Amino acid sequence: MTTQFFSGAEMVVKSLSALNVKYIFGYPGGSVLDIYDAIFQQDEIEHILVRHEQAATHMADGYARATGKVGVVLATSGPGATNCVTGIATAYMDSIPMVVLAGQVATSLIGNDAFQETDIVGCTRPIVKHSFSCRSLADIPDAISKAFYLASTGRPGPVVVELPKDILIPQNTGPFSIDTDINMRSYNPTVKGHPKQITKAAQTIASAKKLIVYSGGGIVLSDASILLTTLVETLKAPITNTLMGLGGISGTHKQFVGMLGMHGSLEANKCMANADVILALGARFDDRVTNNVEKFCPNATIIHVDIDPTSISKTINAHIPVVGLVDVVMQQLLDELSDINFSPDEEALRDWWQQINQWRNIKSFSYEQELNEKIKPQRVVEALYKITEGDAYVCSDVGQHQMFAAQHYPFAKPRQWINSGGAGTMGFGLPAAMGVKLAFPDKHVICITGDGSIQMNIQELSTCSQYKLPVVIVTLNNRSLGMVRQWQDMVYGGRHSSSYMESLPDFVKIAEAYGHVGIQIDSLNELDEKLTQAFNIKDRLVFVDVMVDEKEHVYPMHIRTGAIDEMWLKKGVKA
Amino acid sequence: MRSILSILMENEPGSLSRIVGLFSQRAFNIESLTVAPTNDDSLSRMTITTIGDDKVLEQIVKQVNKLIDVIKIIDITDRKHIERELLLVKVSAMNDKTRTEVKRITDIFRGNIVDIGKQVYTVQLTGKAEKLNAFIDALQHETEIIEAARSGCVGMSRGDKALRI
Repeated sequence: MTTQFFSGAEMVVKSLSALNVKYIFGYPGGSVLDIYDAIFQQDEIEHILVRHEQAATHMADGYARATGKVGVVLATSGPGATNCVTGIATAYMDSIPMVVLAGQVATSLIGNDAFQETDIVGCTRPIVKHSFSCRSLADIPDAISKAFYLASTGRPGPVVVELPKDILIPQNTGPFSIDTDINMRSYNPTVKGHPKQITKAAQTIASAKKLIVYSGGGIVLSDASILLTTLVETLKAPITNTLMGLGGISGTHKQFVGMLGMHGSLEANKCMANADVILALGARFDDRVTNNVEKFCPNATIIHVDIDPTSISKTINAHIPVVGLVDVVMQQLLDELSDINFSPDEEALRDWWQQINQWRNIKSFSYEQELNEKIKPQRVVEALYKITEGDAYVCSDVGQHQMFAAQHYPFAKPRQWINSGGAGTMGFGLPAAMGVKLAFPDKHVICITGDGSIQMNIQELSTCSQYKLPVVIVTLNNRSLGMVRQWQDMVYGGRHSSSYMESLPDFVKIAEAYGHVGIQIDSLNELDEKLTQAFNIKDRLVFVDVMVDEKEHVYPMHIRTGAIDEMWLKKGVKA
Repeated sequence: MRSILSILMENEPGSLSRIVGLFSQRAFNIESLTVAPTNDDSLSRMTITTIGDDKVLEQIVKQVNKLIDVIKIIDITDRKHIERELLLVKVSAMNDKTRTEVKRITDIFRGNIVDIGKQVYTVQLTGKAEKLNAFIDALQHETEIIEAARSGCVGMSRGDKALRI
């Protein structure tokens, strides 16, 4: 039998194919032309040509968040690779599985400041889970296979694979084999929680009078929402989600008290502040959750379940740390609770829920919409929820619109809410929505954005034309950088330094210029009708530009340096 | 508090930069750092001395352990351990009196004069950091120190305990 020989570029494509990759998001350039040539000559993997590499990373990211698969990016050396940095950081902060294949100049030129040379492994080192620098043909399959393994196991995250030009060229060939069953002596993420910790956790839960379950993105990433719902229903306790964890339990579940944190519901934050036991599941006590850590939930015993030991006791000390996969640990907890014949303390629960319902009745997400006034942004999100029957993928950019979407669109399922929570990357929404639409062409995919964010990757309207990605873009257009403006109103004496856009384009015309449909909505009486009209157009991208009240602030809001439940409910009104 | 961390890691290009990068990225202190391959060429062993309270130290150990290249990390500070540092110091030895004094101090500290020039001695000394500090102090009283190079601390647990895969 003769051994077949392949170029490095062919090996890249064959490796991806062996790892069941369907889409690569990228942009060609000098150092990766051989890979593009290899892609051209096969039809297992489709390449999606973006208009800017940052969008490729967000598109791969959106695809990964919606499907749970690894998102794959291909960029050329130098600026192509550095344009990926923001997208890599975004994926890193939210623990999204992603592999970025970055071209590099030929190995003989590395270090010479060659044309389009950047040390991309060095540039991205603090924002990747790991990286590989291939230096010979034989490195390629192993590096790619390991990259996928690392990106998708343990705490997921982005992995960069650097591919120098000279190991990709057709003149340089070798035999191909790939091992997809990876075993690394230096990487063995914990799976099961330590039995002693499980016992302690179960006992603490069983004796709790005021328990709150606080769950985060880990639930979504590990597809553990069914188990979470079972656990929560067993405990009969309230549950709150982080921004990243929304959809981990249905937003309409009666035990769900809303998102917690800076713009979370008053009841969620009150539950945390008054709880005697906090069961944290796949959440990391981010500063946008805790507010002042010195004042954080002083009376609570904290059980912290996380796959990443560094997340435990990093900002808030955990009394009962449990390292393990959150779904596995939840099953262990359920088993342990059953072993100790757990039954909830009905009397304590009655008092606890009575208290919670009082907080709920304050209706901290409420807003006032007068019929003849400007449209309130919250009202737009509510309309979207009704029209899509709560079944859309909602991809958001970053700012006020993101918070309004998180507050007013109750997500029924995990992976339905897609936003840059950790990094807070403006420009994320549209390309992420495109990645989702590619994966789920028959679903409603909305990009809720603002007039600031949408302009950070607006060039992707062109990619949408090329690949026929009919997402619905809904811009909550307040003619200003709303969240910046809100802070300036609240903290900087109303001095709107560089927070408004004095030369906004006509978004309808922009949409039309790219071959899409543009709709502008100016008044409340046309909102529902025109939005419905937008969703009835199935085969074309619709850009809905909604003029909203620029003075609206996101409430409630943490009072700076206060405890988690110290909040502004409205202007000048403290909880 | 000063801690000595022993790290066993893959001997791969970039491993060192990941460790150093981690310390700077997360604002951890490095007092000294030494690294070299072990008897097994595929492994590097690193010793880092660092300063931080218990909470910081816990994060350092966890964060280092999280790096994919790192196989094991242990804090040997609180267990019985051996720590050594190597010092090479070049001193002025202009006249008989200085030469005698340098020789005498070197003998007291059980160091060795490993090289001589026309008017300089180069002395080698191993020991704990505080011994090296004391030696440098003593030399400074008698002569001028022209240059000094220290290896940074390397350490190992005493007895049967070992850091290995």
